[in-house]
Amino acid sequence: MPRKYGGEYDVAVVGGGLLGSAIAWGLGRLGKTVAVLDEGDIAKRASRANFALVWVQSKGLGMPAYTGWTVRASQAWPKLAAALQQQTGLDVCLQQNGGFHLTLGDDEFAQRGQLVTRMHNQVGAADYRMEMMSASDVKKALPLIGPEVSGGSFCPFDGHVNSLRTFRAFHAGFKAFGIDYFPERPVSAITRNDSEFRLTTPGGEIRSEKVVLAAGNANQALAPMVGLFAPMGPTRGQIVVTERTMPFLPHPLTTIRQTDEGTVMIGDSKEDELDDRVLKHPISGVMADRAQRMFPHLARLNVVRSWAGIRVMPQDGFPIYDQSEAHPGAFVACCHSGVTLASNHAFDVARMVAGGALEPELVGAFSASRFGCEGATNNSGY
Amino acid sequence: MFRRSELDHRPSVQIFVDGAAVAAREGDTVSAALLASGRDVRRLTAVSGAPRLPYCMMGVCFDCLVTIDGVGNRQGCLVPVAEGMQVELQKGKREIGR
Amino acid sequence: MTMPRRDAYDVVVIGAGPAGLAAATTAAEAGLSTLLLDENAGPGGQVFRAIAATPVTDRKQLGADYWVGADLVQALRATSAEVIHRATVWSLDRNLEIGVSIGGASAFVKARRVILATGALERPFPIPGWTLPGVMTAGAAQTMLKASALVPDGRTVIAGQGPLLWLLAAQILRLGGRIDRILDTTERRNYFAALPHAFAFLTSPYFAKGLALMREVRAKVPVVSGVSELVAAGDGQLATVSYVAGGRRETMYADLLLLHQGVVPNVNLAMAAGVEHRWDEMQLCWSPVLDADGHSSVAGIAIAGDGAGIGGAGAAVVRGRIAARAAVEALAPASAAKLAQMAALRADLAHAERGRVFLDSLFRPAVQFRIPSGDTIVCRCEEVTAKDVLDSVAIGATGPNQLKAYRRTGMGPCQGRLCGLTVTELMAEARAKTPQEIGYYRLRAPVKPITLAELASVPSTEDDVKAVVRG
Repeated sequence: MPRKYGGEYDVAVVGGGLLGSAIAWGLGRLGKTVAVLDEGDIAKRASRANFALVWVQSKGLGMPAYTGWTVRASQAWPKLAAALQQQTGLDVCLQQNGGFHLTLGDDEFAQRGQLVTRMHNQVGAADYRMEMMSASDVKKALPLIGPEVSGGSFCPFDGHVNSLRTFRAFHAGFKAFGIDYFPERPVSAITRNDSEFRLTTPGGEIRSEKVVLAAGNANQALAPMVGLFAPMGPTRGQIVVTERTMPFLPHPLTTIRQTDEGTVMIGDSKEDELDDRVLKHPISGVMADRAQRMFPHLARLNVVRSWAGIRVMPQDGFPIYDQSEAHPGAFVACCHSGVTLASNHAFDVARMVAGGALEPELVGAFSASRFGCEGATNNSGY
Repeated sequence: MFRRSELDHRPSVQIFVDGAAVAAREGDTVSAALLASGRDVRRLTAVSGAPRLPYCMMGVCFDCLVTIDGVGNRQGCLVPVAEGMQVELQKGKREIGR
Repeated sequence: MTMPRRDAYDVVVIGAGPAGLAAATTAAEAGLSTLLLDENAGPGGQVFRAIAATPVTDRKQLGADYWVGADLVQALRATSAEVIHRATVWSLDRNLEIGVSIGGASAFVKARRVILATGALERPFPIPGWTLPGVMTAGAAQTMLKASALVPDGRTVIAGQGPLLWLLAAQILRLGGRIDRILDTTERRNYFAALPHAFAFLTSPYFAKGLALMREVRAKVPVVSGVSELVAAGDGQLATVSYVAGGRRETMYADLLLLHQGVVPNVNLAMAAGVEHRWDEMQLCWSPVLDADGHSSVAGIAIAGDGAGIGGAGAAVVRGRIAARAAVEALAPASAAKLAQMAALRADLAHAERGRVFLDSLFRPAVQFRIPSGDTIVCRCEEVTAKDVLDSVAIGATGPNQLKAYRRTGMGPCQGRLCGLTVTELMAEARAKTPQEIGYYRLRAPVKPITLAELASVPSTEDDVKAVVRG
């Protein structure tokens, strides 16, 4: 029997994906008693469909604070990777030697150049040394690029990680911290009674002093139950993955990365479609075509799987971190970049939740109050 | 491990396994020809480097993966032999571009 | 390489085994435009493997049941059905669009009806050492025997149970191959479970043939019954087989171990197309939910043959005819008159299925040969052990898909074909749930690998490009 079932927890985290897991793990690290409430085997799990980049470049156009938050996460990742390895013995294979965004043809190169200039000119954003590179300079770092590559942008902070192993490490870490993980327990209602929250699940009620909503796109429905607001605008993305091959790609790209296991992941589309069971081969075809033009050697590799995932996406593309005024102790966290920001979630957000209040200097800009009543547009450039 | 029945009167086809000439028969799959050759035709897996031989011979297990005419990770049990075919046993992960 | 001549057909049949041959013949005879796609070099599927090319031409050696296939092929060749071999179907969707890889290039064809006849594969037999070189399936040995007249040469052990095992043993012996011992894993209690169904079996076509085969084999090979434990061992190559029978452990040297404990539907393409499947508690596998005509939960997709639930070659042929007749009734009702009546076909099916329950009961594989433990490999591709799976259940994996995220099971090139059933049953046992509650991998195209270049050649629109290229 779970240790505190039917009793009370310091914190109930709704959602056991990468975001909820990182926060829960961080709370466990601080000695809190935590329950994680999750869905079952079939769910729209962004944590199982992500691209595993720990990525900085081009993040935060239109919201300088997001740039700073992202750079902070990138810098905290080595500490997270080390802590997970020490605790669970799992190497999440963090690699942060810089990443590329490659362009095909002159138009794409010029367009990317404009984006880099706009990012540089943005007042108040952290400088993360994103720079344009000519094709010949790119070739020095990535010798196998094809003749159609016109160049690209590079950022020395960029990297990637084994995201599935990170996910597993968090869950393995739950055990060590005594965190109760409840799969097949989606939350249908949350009420507040005196000083505790009561969460209704198919397996019975969970009571806690604080609650963190980390349920991805489902936060939109859960947030109002505790006086919060989380406008979401999910999109769909397809990913293609090849068989294992010998290491050939020393840096990750925005759309191509070679995993530590040797497989090559090729991403990623952005579609309005929200059915994750159906695949659109023409879209995979465009991704495959671009990948083989970037690296002609890839053409003969076998594709072993492809899939579609639903992105967790706040309506304007930027993260939402908020706390409830009506119901103190209730927090909401939503973001698209659950891999990149995992370190901040494990260290910063967990510390804030444990302390009972978000820290405005770090996450004040991400309050949902920014949505006001104006229509939001997605321009985060994730 | 396997030998050819004397009933088999199919024409001979010559293939090369890691450069060495091997006599196969018309209609053999690459995997059948390898298993009939009497040579050590084990591959090494891409995950741990463990040695393997074909397991199912019907296209579902992927333990027969082999490089055929320069193309890696082909299912040897589904590809018929052809005169002069170059077969290479795979040691670990496939190399890119092969 | 031959590509499909048209981009749309009335009926596309996938798989040229007994069901597919019969279905394509029936559809084409009724005048429907029919395409038969098959992965192998020639027709026959597994049971009639190499029927048009086998070097084993003395009909007594492979047996009369095998040569039934030649008539099916002849009947098909008399029709106008278009047949393409070495064609790997890698995608099928709800719009009945089929992606097929032929000679390293992909084509897409549309069908008004799809009849899946993707057949069966041998049930995983996850014992310690089953990944060692020298351990193969019995079906693999039979494929080599039929297609290339190859027979076991070194010290050979056949282990497991089921009709195929005895047929294979007889065929190996007839061709002068070597078998040192047969280890029969049939559980003694199965004989009692099967007893109530014995009458149907005694009057079925299986009975006399099965008995004769067993007699033929037992006259030449020592058979050990009641084998309750089985271990393959060796350093990089099979060296010994150990087993326990009647409480006694024996170890013998062996060069080749052939394993077999029945066959199960090959579900990958059907599942990827979204066809609903249910756990079959009798046959211990996933079977598609079908109506009497073989229609699945996806409109326009029917399934015939062992992919519809194991029924054997005779039943497969009839199910192929039924599915095709149903397609004709829907697409060209006037032409149905020239085909065999549905009532007659259903009577044929009942006859062909006679004795199946007895066989399923008698040859129900023992739990210790389905659900491994400890260091025994479950997922051959990603080399994941039973202990790894159980450790994942302990940290919260509730089903095969979460397990994939933790351990990569099913993410290798075989796409779960060799581990899926084991994973479901192992997790069900660990979580005290039914296999139906645990579920299966979510399968998606490509169901067989295709090259990146092939995928890149899929035609796309401006909107598709816009969905990918964005700043």
